[in-house]
Amino acid sequence: MFSIFRDLVRYNIEFAIGVVLVGSITLFSLLSFFSPVDPTMIYVAIPDRPPSFEHLFGTNSRGQDLFWQLTFAFRNTLYFGLTVAVLSRIISITVGLAAGYLGGWVDRVLMFFNDIFVAIPIFPILILFYFVMRSNLDMFTLALIMACFGWPFDARLIRSVALGLRNREFTRQAVFAGMSPLKIMREEHLPYVMPIIFSTAMANMIWSIGLEVTLAVLGFTNINIPTVGTALYWANSHSALVVGVWWWILIPVILIVLTFLGLFLLAISLNEYIDPRSRLRRMGV
Amino acid sequence: MRGYLRFALKRLLQLLAVVFAGISAAFFISHLSPISPVESIIGRVSGQSSYSPQAIQSLRDTLTELFGLSVPLHEQYFNFLGRFVRGDLGPSLIAFPTPAMQLVMLALPWTVGLMVVQIVIAWLVGNILGGLAGYYQNSRFLKAFGIVAIGIQPIPYYIVAFLMVIVFGFLWPVLPISGGFAMNVRPSFTPEFILSVLGHSILPASSLVIVGLGTWFLGMRALVSNIVTEDYVTYAELAGVRQQRIVFGYVIRNAMVPQLTALAMTLGAIFSGTIITEQVFAYPGLGSLLVRAVNGGDSAVVLAVSCIAIIAVATAIFLIDMIHPLLDPRVRAE
Amino acid sequence: MADILTVEHLKAYYLMNYFGITREVRAVDDITMSVRRNEVYGIAGESSSGKTSFIRVLAAAIRPPLRVVAGSARYEFDDRSIDVANAGPEAAEAIRWSHLSYIMQGSMSVLNPVRRIERTFEDFAARPLGLSGRALRQRFVEHLGRLKLPPEVLRAFPHELSGGMRQRVTIGLATIANPQFIIADEPTTALDVVVQKDVLSLIRNLQKEMGASVIFVTHDMAVHANMADRVGIIYAGRLVEEAPTRQLFTAPKHPYTAHLVASLPRIGDTTQRPALEGRPPNLADPPQGCRFHPRCPLAIEKCRQEVPPLATVAPDQRSACWRWDDVVPLPGSIPAARVPEPVR
Repeated sequence: MFSIFRDLVRYNIEFAIGVVLVGSITLFSLLSFFSPVDPTMIYVAIPDRPPSFEHLFGTNSRGQDLFWQLTFAFRNTLYFGLTVAVLSRIISITVGLAAGYLGGWVDRVLMFFNDIFVAIPIFPILILFYFVMRSNLDMFTLALIMACFGWPFDARLIRSVALGLRNREFTRQAVFAGMSPLKIMREEHLPYVMPIIFSTAMANMIWSIGLEVTLAVLGFTNINIPTVGTALYWANSHSALVVGVWWWILIPVILIVLTFLGLFLLAISLNEYIDPRSRLRRMGV
Repeated sequence: MRGYLRFALKRLLQLLAVVFAGISAAFFISHLSPISPVESIIGRVSGQSSYSPQAIQSLRDTLTELFGLSVPLHEQYFNFLGRFVRGDLGPSLIAFPTPAMQLVMLALPWTVGLMVVQIVIAWLVGNILGGLAGYYQNSRFLKAFGIVAIGIQPIPYYIVAFLMVIVFGFLWPVLPISGGFAMNVRPSFTPEFILSVLGHSILPASSLVIVGLGTWFLGMRALVSNIVTEDYVTYAELAGVRQQRIVFGYVIRNAMVPQLTALAMTLGAIFSGTIITEQVFAYPGLGSLLVRAVNGGDSAVVLAVSCIAIIAVATAIFLIDMIHPLLDPRVRAE
Repeated sequence: MADILTVEHLKAYYLMNYFGITREVRAVDDITMSVRRNEVYGIAGESSSGKTSFIRVLAAAIRPPLRVVAGSARYEFDDRSIDVANAGPEAAEAIRWSHLSYIMQGSMSVLNPVRRIERTFEDFAARPLGLSGRALRQRFVEHLGRLKLPPEVLRAFPHELSGGMRQRVTIGLATIANPQFIIADEPTTALDVVVQKDVLSLIRNLQKEMGASVIFVTHDMAVHANMADRVGIIYAGRLVEEAPTRQLFTAPKHPYTAHLVASLPRIGDTTQRPALEGRPPNLADPPQGCRFHPRCPLAIEKCRQEVPPLATVAPDQRSACWRWDDVVPLPGSIPAARVPEPVR
């Protein structure tokens, strides 16, 4: 496992850049544990100061140090993305494996639900939830709702992989040899499925964080919790650009774009690594 | 032909099932919330000025009547379904007494217009460019394009739209950044109006196309890189078939099929991105309407938009499913 | 009459660079042979022996990471001559399908699934035949008739045809422009025996009618016994023996050939056949000297150190073995008296 990681970092430039980007942002967000300021307090610093040695990212119009504010923002945002990714992995793996392995009516019923969820556009539903729950919509509930919508694509993918694996020779041999289905799944099939799970988890994080940022900017989440989206919301409501406090907008935007870029690079380089044909293509001099 | 009709019927039933499930879900979400819409309006109203208790009570009664909340939930549900088939979702609050459905129907064409434009440009052009990039692996232009696409692809719709507003609103104000048409032009089929509409749609459409083009390009390129190793492509090359014919007739033509499926699967996300972008540009589509409705506490319009959104996306997926057999003869056989 | 194909010291390697490791796989390592006019030349060898890479070079159809490193492969057609190992793409395009065609392995997937057969035929045949419209279509129907396929096949999609019909269509595609040279790459592998017989007799009849030369690649020695005039055995990227079919089966002069030939089972024959030890060598790091020596029951010190040249050891028979003289048919081989004369 580790040797694969090492090889990828050394020879796959996209993976390396992705690791660097995501790693730095994660480190940045971990700094929040050492923050000397309380992120929920406002007007504790001189507002609208441009970046300087005292305030690395400057301060915003609400009198907060932008640097520490963003460390919390990214911590919450990344935590949110991870929660959605983990929850939706659980659902999609369960559904995908069940549909692929059990087949029959189980498969048909699950895919029927899958198609319904695919067809329903998530954004209006999220807004509907916000509309009825208002400030009761905390991060975890939002993550739960998003997880309920983020599983269909990946469930289908895992299902087709499970279908393929079920019919492969080595599975039949294991069954004949008397291996229990659970043991087969754990030892023979999981190595195939794991890389797919990782790369789809990356894509899922991009999707969920993007959606959270969008909702927050519109003011449709709990704006008192510091996340990247809410930071942009406050910047907007204080007309940051017009007033000239450009660092309040630009710095979070740049950082979040770098985060997305890093996650995306990880996802596609993992994807390419999984697919043996693309590996072969890389080999040609 | 008979097989196709049977297939169409099956898909149609599926469409109806999806729509039914979707609008029921929307109904129950909006009605099962712990927050009563009546109470929230009362709270807002009484926070602004003081009323006598009798006034509040009569307001409460009227509102309850208006929202149909005086009957038990399952009866409300059936009332809702009945009214929905007739296209009646009650009056809107933000534009009282205009019916909610009417507001939605006014906004719908703008959204549909943006969606069609961005799908045609981003999907079609993105796929063709991606196909060429996958086949002609040595083209420097296409490789550069690929790198740019990787850079842009993960950026969410909102941020791209936002950046465009910054660029074209503040730095280089040559294009209109808000509204569906200029304020002093009357809506009618005059060239002036049409030009104004087109001009105002350039920025929102471009913002959507920028995000979408990269995605389809990258996906198609990966797909095509695998298709060129297929036997029938190798054989055609072996036989000296004209390269242009191979690229378009053998490679891209075969890759379009899974891409069409992918389009159907991501239509929900494309729709969400469209209405988000609309909001940034104050484009008079469903997005702006939705945000206004939420901020104005107008549950009828919110419900209406949600339902129409579900129907629109599900129908679009259905239409794409109908086109599918025309592209892939293997499906026709089923 | 000059030979239609002359290959001289051909070398083609895969040059690869992955994760910092450079690899040179010597798929074709110095092959010299020729194919005569109106001849069926069989090529036998195991998988990963390099035979597919070899015929890809002959078909002018290689792409990186496979590259021709040395040597030549010259065709002498009626109206032109071309060295495909070193020719440019335009020269190769000029002979494709009109002079040189290819029957590919696996009829399942060689036809474009979204195109009707007729259009595929047009794509392949319009240019070399120089016809169009009705004349072209007439040709197709005629040709399909020779393959015993009804004209309705033209309007069909590949998935609507049975496996056998698809294989006939593929053979039809390869022969429609009356090429002078056909390369058949395992056309009967993965077909059941009944269809196999059909396909083989089809190829044989077409070859006789057109007077074309065929290189027929398969690992199935029984097919060679049926089809080939001469057979060449490829092992680890090298030609190790070449002889007229009958001679090859009755008097092989290379230990590897002896084993191959003895592997054909016959009804009623319960002789135990000796298995070859070991596995085919890694072409990125082949053994020194004779490449077969690690597995050869006749190997001596000389075999480990010096590469045996492909030398003529009998009339029209060449062998690359230091001890060719000591090679005898193994138990289980068909006795000379029982090998039928070639069917042609």
